[in-house]
Amino acid sequence: MIRRGFLTAFAPLLLLLQACGGGGAGSSPVPSPPPLPSGPNVAPLIVDAGPAQLGVNLPSISVRLCAPGTTDCHTIDHILVDTGSSGLRVIASALPATGVQLPAATTTSGDPLYECLSFADGYSWGSLRIADIQLADGQAANLRIQLIADPMIPTAPTDCSEDQTTSPPSTMPSQNTIAELGANGILGVSVFLQDCGPVCETIANPNGRGYYYACPGGVCTNTTLPVQSQVQNPVSRFATNNNGLSIVLPSITAVGQPTVSGSLVLGLDSQSNNQIGSSAVISVDPLSGNFTAIFNGRTYPMGGSIDSGSNGNFFTDAALSTCTSPLYAGWYCPATAVALSVTNQGVGASSATSNVNFSVASIEALTNANPSFAAYDNIAGTLFQPIMGFQWGLPFFYGRSVSIAFEGQATAEGPGPFLAYADFL
Amino acid sequence: MRPNPSHTMSSTAAARGRNAITRTVSTLLLAQLFASAIPSPTWAALGDSVSSITSDTQTLEASARLDARATYTVHELQTPTGTVIREFVAPSGVVFAVTWRGPFKPSMTLLLGQYFGDYAHAPRRPGSSRSRLIIEQPNLIVHAAGRMRSFAGVAFVPQLLPVNVVEADLQ
Repeated sequence: MIRRGFLTAFAPLLLLLQACGGGGAGSSPVPSPPPLPSGPNVAPLIVDAGPAQLGVNLPSISVRLCAPGTTDCHTIDHILVDTGSSGLRVIASALPATGVQLPAATTTSGDPLYECLSFADGYSWGSLRIADIQLADGQAANLRIQLIADPMIPTAPTDCSEDQTTSPPSTMPSQNTIAELGANGILGVSVFLQDCGPVCETIANPNGRGYYYACPGGVCTNTTLPVQSQVQNPVSRFATNNNGLSIVLPSITAVGQPTVSGSLVLGLDSQSNNQIGSSAVISVDPLSGNFTAIFNGRTYPMGGSIDSGSNGNFFTDAALSTCTSPLYAGWYCPATAVALSVTNQGVGASSATSNVNFSVASIEALTNANPSFAAYDNIAGTLFQPIMGFQWGLPFFYGRSVSIAFEGQATAEGPGPFLAYADFL
Repeated sequence: MRPNPSHTMSSTAAARGRNAITRTVSTLLLAQLFASAIPSPTWAALGDSVSSITSDTQTLEASARLDARATYTVHELQTPTGTVIREFVAPSGVVFAVTWRGPFKPSMTLLLGQYFGDYAHAPRRPGSSRSRLIIEQPNLIVHAAGRMRSFAGVAFVPQLLPVNVVEADLQ
């Protein structure tokens, strides 16, 4: 993720440039997008800098939470829409200090449950709570969610944080605050119905890391959990339009945009506005959610992914210049925009392929030209190593309707898990 | 060649070339069939010697196989979660790199061993985020990426890399 904070050193100069020339936005024509989908199953989605004003390519949505069976409710804005995870997670401080009392989800013996969610770097630690939620016309009662940084909970166990260093303090990050997350929460709507899935039914500490915990007497121990007791993909729990969803974003100009408005459409092939139709359909591996990507003559078996929670396209390309400024370490900065192409190939039910063209421009030049912009369709970073695959991030979503078909759920194209996408131009 | 799950024949196998590789792998696969009668392969963290009895296998409840390349040996283990962990061993017996790929992130404490403190204190480069990690220190490189159900990464010690081995070889 690039964060706006490090741009402040350039801000005076950039403000001056904007005052003189109006920045780069005015120099390119803004495409007139087609009308966004509408209907009761559609929720507005926005790409902006987010509540911490730090975000780039951060798609978010508002979600209404209620104490179960009551009208004690609160709508939380800027919940990140993440096709790379499953489950609703809310930072505790995004809820009002009083009211909306969400009861604890407990073990069969009545002990409150806790969860450690591991990221590539960092973790989120919180309690499992029960809430009624509403998103467009979708409603789920008694949904298990994660309340991150719940002030009532014990300290994160060391097999979660891995932080046993006190002096000097570690530099390992967490994802426990609005500033760290860049959002008030995460709406995880990947192809998976739960976050951990079947592995946590039998293994309490996958790969030596904690996942779910019970903490009687303040002492946390790993616990297994049946899938139905885990944190659930919220959309899969709606009464209708629950087999998947689509994210629709208009195309944007090559210089980027300050914000972008789009739609989240509930359901697949269940309404007139959510037909997969002639979209490219890419089957995904039921264990990883990945497909195969072919790029620059190299095949990445089950290395392809489409993750709205990643703010760039990430891959390895030795021919592309990386940024020389340490502020943009890990990003590509070609002198002029480079046109590239990837073949996405299905894994599992179908090995059908789809070619996708994309562009990579210099993130440094883009952000320097328009430091207030929060949406770019042409930023990319390096993964350094082929085993990390080819990872599409939010740039992939601009100018497309991207559908996520949940595992085991029926659609007109057959059961998920699969991804599908069509141009929205 | 007798089953030798302690991996002490690594450098010998490497020197014998491809035939030795095939035999080594099949021998170990055979060994797994009789896992109850044969000591488990031992595993070492980054920077450790394979002769040490630090057993990641036991902690991660993993099964293992062995592969030998031109100038180093690769110990591969698969944990019950389906995560593949590879440990790259120099002819000296020292683990100079580890990679991981699978649905769950491994314990970095177990994987990085004596380098965990460096990992914990290393500044994250600006491109790092919750989905991508970039640590580039003189004595430790960590590149990782991932999201729920799909994690991958590499960690290595530049000073311990065998001659002519580069990061792209660590697969």
